[in-house]
Amino acid sequence: MTRRTARGQRLWLLLAAVLVSSTAFAQTVDETFLARLGELRDASFSDKERIAGQLIESRHPRARDVLTSLLGDRLYVRASDMRVVIARPADETAASLELVDPLTLKAAGSAAREELTKIGTNNRLRKTLRVAMARFDLADADSAIRLNAVTEMLRSLDDSAAALLKERAGAETDSRVKGEIELGLTLLALDGSDSARRIAAIETLAGRPRQQVRNRLATLLEKNADGRFVEADAAVRAAASTAVSRIDRALTVYGAVETLFFGLSLGSVLVLIAIGLAITFGVMGVINMAHGELMMLGAYTTYVVQVMMPAHIGASIFVAIPAAFVVAGLAGVVLERTIIRFLYGRPLETLLATFGVSLALQQLVRSIFTANNRAVETPAWMSGTLQLGDALAITYNRLYIVIFTMIVFAILLAVLKRTRLGLQIRAVSQNRAMARAMGIRSEWVDAMTFGLGSGIAGVAGVALSQLTNVGPNLGQSYIIDSFMVVVFGGVGNLWGTLIGGMSMGLVNKLLEPYAGAVLGKILVLVALILFIQRRPRGLFPQTGRAAESQ
Amino acid sequence: MRRDPAGATLMATLAVAAVLVPILNQLVPASSPLHVSTYVLTLVGKYLCYAMLALAVDLIWGYCGILSLGHAAFFSLGGYAMGMYLMRQIGRRGVYGDPILPDFMVFLNWHRLPWFWHGFNYFPFAMAMVVFVPALLAFVFGWLAFRSRVTGVYLSIMTQALSYALMLAFFRNDMGFGGNNGFTDFKDLLGFDLHEDSTRVVLFVATAIALAAAYAACRGIAASRAGRVIRAIRDSESRTRFLGYRVESYKLWLFVFSAVLAGVAGALYVPQVGIINPSEFAPINSIEIVIWVAVGGRGTLVGAAAGAVLVNYAKTFFTGALPEVWLYALGAIFILVTLFLPRGLMGLLPRSSEAR
Repeated sequence: MTRRTARGQRLWLLLAAVLVSSTAFAQTVDETFLARLGELRDASFSDKERIAGQLIESRHPRARDVLTSLLGDRLYVRASDMRVVIARPADETAASLELVDPLTLKAAGSAAREELTKIGTNNRLRKTLRVAMARFDLADADSAIRLNAVTEMLRSLDDSAAALLKERAGAETDSRVKGEIELGLTLLALDGSDSARRIAAIETLAGRPRQQVRNRLATLLEKNADGRFVEADAAVRAAASTAVSRIDRALTVYGAVETLFFGLSLGSVLVLIAIGLAITFGVMGVINMAHGELMMLGAYTTYVVQVMMPAHIGASIFVAIPAAFVVAGLAGVVLERTIIRFLYGRPLETLLATFGVSLALQQLVRSIFTANNRAVETPAWMSGTLQLGDALAITYNRLYIVIFTMIVFAILLAVLKRTRLGLQIRAVSQNRAMARAMGIRSEWVDAMTFGLGSGIAGVAGVALSQLTNVGPNLGQSYIIDSFMVVVFGGVGNLWGTLIGGMSMGLVNKLLEPYAGAVLGKILVLVALILFIQRRPRGLFPQTGRAAESQ
Repeated sequence: MRRDPAGATLMATLAVAAVLVPILNQLVPASSPLHVSTYVLTLVGKYLCYAMLALAVDLIWGYCGILSLGHAAFFSLGGYAMGMYLMRQIGRRGVYGDPILPDFMVFLNWHRLPWFWHGFNYFPFAMAMVVFVPALLAFVFGWLAFRSRVTGVYLSIMTQALSYALMLAFFRNDMGFGGNNGFTDFKDLLGFDLHEDSTRVVLFVATAIALAAAYAACRGIAASRAGRVIRAIRDSESRTRFLGYRVESYKLWLFVFSAVLAGVAGALYVPQVGIINPSEFAPINSIEIVIWVAVGGRGTLVGAAAGAVLVNYAKTFFTGALPEVWLYALGAIFILVTLFLPRGLMGLLPRSSEAR
């Protein structure tokens, strides 16, 4: 926001410097500008609208800043000298506000809220202002800002917007902005009187599957109260009807693709939170109720890393991932050495003891970081959306979660299947006595296995810190889901965890439109409980001798 | 199995409490140091409900080896059934003054009572539901689970999921159980004002009697011939099955009985604390119950009841005096008891004929 206005300012300053050559002339321009501003003090809403129009007409370099402030409820009248001032964005609760001079944009001291009178806006005025803003932005050097401006204008197309768009269409170079402008002009062409051109416009619009376009076309098919069509031209109606059904089909397909993607990204989260457990529970048979808290440790590690390197938030994630692995992994090794190793073969007791550990860990972070949630920033490269075609928008953080899960899964699989440690882990889990006889230090392998599973939980925590609140209860809200995924997929089977988690995510998202988020989740849980009755050992049960002993 | 010194002690303690506490509350003047305030009376009544819940869990975990992490759900269902009766009793005295609909339904703009709320204005029907609803859920779940031989950790996690699903469901406003806020602002029970000390005393005595009866029943089951089969299932399920016993049936009926006990405990709990909401279903509550049993002594009914009272007393004390220490203390208790006291506090006593 600040960067964008700064850039806009620079452009305007340049423009102003070229246009305004003499200081004397600048003086008068500034004076008129200030006089206009002064009029805002006790203008009615319709007067304000007129003044805003004049400010825009004046092309004064500060007009945009003033109007943005007016739109953001930050334009005030100071009681001491009755001057119009801009307040810096501040907390609702702040008693005094930092002020900025509207002409120089330099700090103009601060004042208590009581000494300031806000220049109010109403809905109509705000709408006018938004269009005005769009007008400014349409000439911006940044194509993203121009794109936003056109999108804003498409919401309420009128003659003035049409003129602006036409003016811009010739000069526009960016293909996405150009596409949007063309869409706007085509929508405007619907209002014309030439039947052939309107039908052509409708046919073009049929290729732009968007809800907005569909709604506009649907208005051509509406009927009056007396049962006659609003649109008199039958040929136009026929074209509109085909176009609407074509758009509907396209929207259905896009909707399905979107649901699929949402399902996969939810599934990825489930796999990520469960995969550490698939090691500790699945391979070692340890019921680790502190698994959620190990994820919480990973999330807090991300927070600490960000606090330590505030200038490099974008890179902090790459430091946080190994750091979280080490922190949670060490915690896991300590947990295994001090408590769990005394309880092998007594799974229910392990459940209780590790639950005790989870309570203590929660209280530990409460003591260190207080019970409040900590704000973990999302790096700039992870925010934003990937626009595919007209109707499909994919947020980057969901996309990265899917990729990240795949990478973690691949690494874990490689560790288990391709390394010496992995071989020993599998040997010990299949037949401890025989593995020991072959010279494997089973105790060391136990500690390493538990550390590996815990470390992965920490890495999952890094991902969760980007998705939810980082607080002492973070672990508790995920622990049941992670156990469900492991049990559903089949204990002791990494592929089972992957497929189990993904299918749970998909089913959840498929149910959501019909049942709602909470009921969908309940249905998934109930379905899972019933599924386990049919196949008590999950989707991919372990076979062979190891399965019998469990 | 005839002699039961620990059980006799428990029964005697309950009898003394049921007589002495009301006297100290009602007849001894408030200025006297011996006076028991109504706050303490209600608190002890709450502990006794927990003790009953602990008996229910100990019966299936200690004697049959089924670790249920869903007993908070049975407890809450019993509590909700009682809560529905209490809500219907409010009648016109609610904030909105609707003669039939509870406040939250008026608030949600409902015009008719949902079908499952009918009948709850009759006390006997509500009490039947206190028993029937947890029993039905336990029966369906147990029938499915035990028949397909879901055991051990899997069963624990499934019961936890069940309880979690119910919690999510009861949080929904559309369910017709008051959503997030649950039921509260109860007025009276069978025409007696719940805010009166005398009503609270009666509730306390009723809880003490119910706990004694529950203990006697559990003890009876444990000492019976069926009880011996049940312990055999705990020690070796497949061997018992090979001997020709129908393991599923034993487990199922024991599970249902235990769920009913939990439901009754919940029904006694709600009028005393004056509120029931979906957070009672939270999986952590189920785990806490297991901790009480583990602390007191798994497989010793008296130990379970004592553990419930002791842990909850510690909780009240710590959350009042040192709130930040409580979770550390609870965590430490879990770890230390599982590592060093596998038989709980009862294991510290000279070995009796209990359970083994």
